[in-house]
Amino acid sequence: MLLIPCPWCGPRDEAEFRYGGQAHVAYPEDPAALSDEEWARYLFFRDNPKGRFAERWNHTAGCRRWFNVVRDTATNEWVSA
Amino acid sequence: MTSHHRRHRRPGFGGEPLRFRFDGQDYEGLRGDTLASALLANGVRTVATSAALGRPRGIYASWTEEPNAIVQIEHPFPEPMLQATTVELYDGLVATGLTGRGRLSDRPDPARHDAVHAHCDVLVVGAGPAGLAAARAAAGSGARVILADDRPIAGGSLPDTAETVDGVPGAAWASAVAADLAGRPDVRVLSRTSVFGYYDDNYLVAVERRGEWGGQGRARERVWRIRAGRVVLATGAHERPIAFADNDRPGVMLAGAARAYANRYGVLPGRRAVVFTAGDSAYAAARDLASAGVEIAAIVDVRQAPGARWDGAEILSGHVVTGVGGDGAVSSVSVSDGREIQADLLLVSGGWNPVVHLFGQAGGELRYDEGIGSFVPRSARQALEVAGAARGVFSLSGCLEDGAAAGARAAEAAGFRAPPRHPAPRASDDGASDNGASDNGASDNGAPDADEPVAFWLVPSGDYRSHFVDLQRDVTVADVVRATGAGLRSVEHVKRYTTAGTAHDQGKLSGVLTSAIVAHAIGADIAQLGTTTFRAPYMPVSFATLAGRDRGALHDPVRVTSLHDWHVAHGALFENVGQWKRPWYYPRPGEDMEAAVLRECRAVRQSVGAMDASTLGKIDVQGPDAAEFLDRLYTNMMSTLKVGAIRYGVMCRADGMVFDDGTVIRLADDRFLVTTTTGNAAAVLDWMEEWLQTEWPSLRVYCTSVTEHWATVALAGPGSRDVLAGLAPGPAVDAASFPFMTWRDAEVAGIAARVCRISFSGELAYEINVNAWDGLALWEALHATGAVTPYGTETMHVLRAEKGYPIVGQDTDGTVTPADLGMDWVVSKKKAGFIGKRSFARSDTARPDRRHLVGLLPADPDFLLPEGAHLVESSTLPEPPVPTLGHVTSSYRSAALGRTFALALVSGGRERVGERLYVPLGGEPVPVTVTHHVLYDPEGARRDG
Repeated sequence: MLLIPCPWCGPRDEAEFRYGGQAHVAYPEDPAALSDEEWARYLFFRDNPKGRFAERWNHTAGCRRWFNVVRDTATNEWVSA
Repeated sequence: MTSHHRRHRRPGFGGEPLRFRFDGQDYEGLRGDTLASALLANGVRTVATSAALGRPRGIYASWTEEPNAIVQIEHPFPEPMLQATTVELYDGLVATGLTGRGRLSDRPDPARHDAVHAHCDVLVVGAGPAGLAAARAAAGSGARVILADDRPIAGGSLPDTAETVDGVPGAAWASAVAADLAGRPDVRVLSRTSVFGYYDDNYLVAVERRGEWGGQGRARERVWRIRAGRVVLATGAHERPIAFADNDRPGVMLAGAARAYANRYGVLPGRRAVVFTAGDSAYAAARDLASAGVEIAAIVDVRQAPGARWDGAEILSGHVVTGVGGDGAVSSVSVSDGREIQADLLLVSGGWNPVVHLFGQAGGELRYDEGIGSFVPRSARQALEVAGAARGVFSLSGCLEDGAAAGARAAEAAGFRAPPRHPAPRASDDGASDNGASDNGASDNGAPDADEPVAFWLVPSGDYRSHFVDLQRDVTVADVVRATGAGLRSVEHVKRYTTAGTAHDQGKLSGVLTSAIVAHAIGADIAQLGTTTFRAPYMPVSFATLAGRDRGALHDPVRVTSLHDWHVAHGALFENVGQWKRPWYYPRPGEDMEAAVLRECRAVRQSVGAMDASTLGKIDVQGPDAAEFLDRLYTNMMSTLKVGAIRYGVMCRADGMVFDDGTVIRLADDRFLVTTTTGNAAAVLDWMEEWLQTEWPSLRVYCTSVTEHWATVALAGPGSRDVLAGLAPGPAVDAASFPFMTWRDAEVAGIAARVCRISFSGELAYEINVNAWDGLALWEALHATGAVTPYGTETMHVLRAEKGYPIVGQDTDGTVTPADLGMDWVVSKKKAGFIGKRSFARSDTARPDRRHLVGLLPADPDFLLPEGAHLVESSTLPEPPVPTLGHVTSSYRSAALGRTFALALVSGGRERVGERLYVPLGGEPVPVTVTHHVLYDPEGARRDG
């Protein structure tokens, strides 16, 4: 049970959160300008590193805010909130 | 009765006699016994039968590491697969020895189980000398401390030995320290509490056993979920077995366990013993057993020059035990000097393995320590300390010192200032120089000499078929050698190939031994080979305990509408939709489901019916940018919707697949009410928030769930206008004044209502929304007209399917686009951008063989297709694999069509209308004809009544 640093509520149990996957994957400015492959990369391709990973969480059972955090996926250490 | 194996009654337990029955025999034990100690006290040596080989097995250890003595409790409540060494004896216990699997109870467990959530600054696991010292040091700093220990009384191994602290027996010292700690306001001492899981961010889970069966009003077991600032692991050590021929026989026992039976329980596990050891600690065991009355026939010490000395028995140094004699239990011991020594007990000590399981679960890394021949903590990943035997400090004085230091460090790391140290307690082994595993110090209590290799695991032999490594899984050295001979080199692979370490003792005794045998077999260094991964739970935990109160009606919250009691009173059966209870159908006396649903369907199509639609998700969307927001969210245009009007809309994910559908009502320029499917309401609100917060923070929009504010009644059927007009004399309800897809505020039966002209059945219909607390009054007023038939979700499903309206989540599965559903019209061609738009231009979404929603008519109009059935091309099945053309998503019996019908997703389905396809169901494939998905009133003539 991770203890997740919500920037609004402080550290809270993982069960209060929903995982949002990789952070900083912005919705493309102009999807129509993308090739099928570029669009597919936006839709389906995400990094899966061992180590530091910027990811999104949503405090669904708390303040319901989305936030980004950097976690080490090998150790579950919170590198920065 | 005091059996001839019972030497004395233990102090502090009152000595109350307890009657119990084992394998059909009546016995007596004493309060404070475990089932194992009580059996030994009664001279019972063979307790169970091994699972794979059917060999007799006795009691091998004295606590959770026991691999052999697996029992089934029969009374007072059946419980399978318990270790006799951990079952506390109580009056009336009935148990049997097991062969392999146990038997689950066929009746419900009457006991309650509960859960406690706790936080502390310092959690100390283990109340042995190191743990007690750590807890005392941490508590002295003012930190909130929890001390959890799995045994009934504090002290760890102290009650097993004759050692003293500060001049008093170790057990008495431990009890006094535990009592002092328990009396402090910020300290909680949990006995009989096994910490079995160490998870991320110092989250530990323990199970507390709270006493005998059927205790009044108390939960039998409680799960503790503890978040700790800092953890001190003082989990002790397990004695290591040695693999030799027939080392599994009843009468073979760990030396430390035998010492525990003598000292802790006052029980003699045998009469005449041979000791087989690779270290000094077995000498202390031999001394204690001898003074308790066990004759020590000889000590067989693998070392040429043992560090320990004892005059009480012949010492055969440089020798090994080569086997045991006896028919079943041990009656003699064979030694490598050729002698066969008469004995009924063989005590084994191959050294000690630190209990590093929780440390390993916490992500800590181990290193091999030559000095103790085992693995010790190297580096921790979480905020923890390891103290005492758990890190290879085996002397009592060393443990007291090490624990106090660890407790102080933990408190300081948690932000407290530890007070000046207590004067260290004076242990009976003071002066022993043991200060950590790597110091190689010799001590009375197990740390070996520096001058000889200590790791001794295996007695060489030409036949390893009865050298057992894992007693519970019947895995022998021969099995391990077979695995390595097959090319396996990793201990993880050998574990899975041989099953060594996979029984419910989880290899507490066999783990390191397995690594050693593998290393030996492949000529590798055990230090490089390492151990298998440590995973929770450390000891068996019942599902009932983990479930706690979250079972039955409390398993998941139940949501009911404001009309629920009426539905119950009128005989409705209910369907679970998400957490909601929805009326499924309302059978009349003598009706089965089919008859009731056909009657309800006819009522709606021919007169008028009413359904409780309150569970539909409702989200209030408001703000200056609300219209823009909904344009981006829905595939169709919402900003052009006029105040007073309603539009049906579909939402897709970015991949273009249908996510939800529902209606959008415009309440004002800057305010909409969005409805969602019942099961998806929370997901849609989350979806809106995600886009607003993460992609479009500049949009000024606020979304609020109002699902439970409203009671919603669907009034449907050609008679619905008359019923509404009778109850709502205010507004004109003719088709021209109140057109389809508009809404009005009106008084219905004297209740303020919002009435929408929406239809999910194809009939003239209204949705009447009132405050939830007025719902029942509205519903009763409708039924008081005598014209209205209540109908449930099954009828609603049939009626909408006749009209080809899909249900998201039933007719769609996350791979279906609006075009696949035949709903091109709902996708705006004009809007610049909305979620999913780009995906409709992907080549994949334009494939002609995509699965389309179509209707199916079985050739036999009475045949009801099962939902989920697959469709194939021809009536004769080719050799597998048979390509599927799609599957049935909805299937019903239609009153209006007078026959059965179905909806299906079929590859290239729209091009197949009129074709014959087949549904293989085991026998002769069932022929069906593909039709357009709208089967009833395709012109939509009935909508306006």
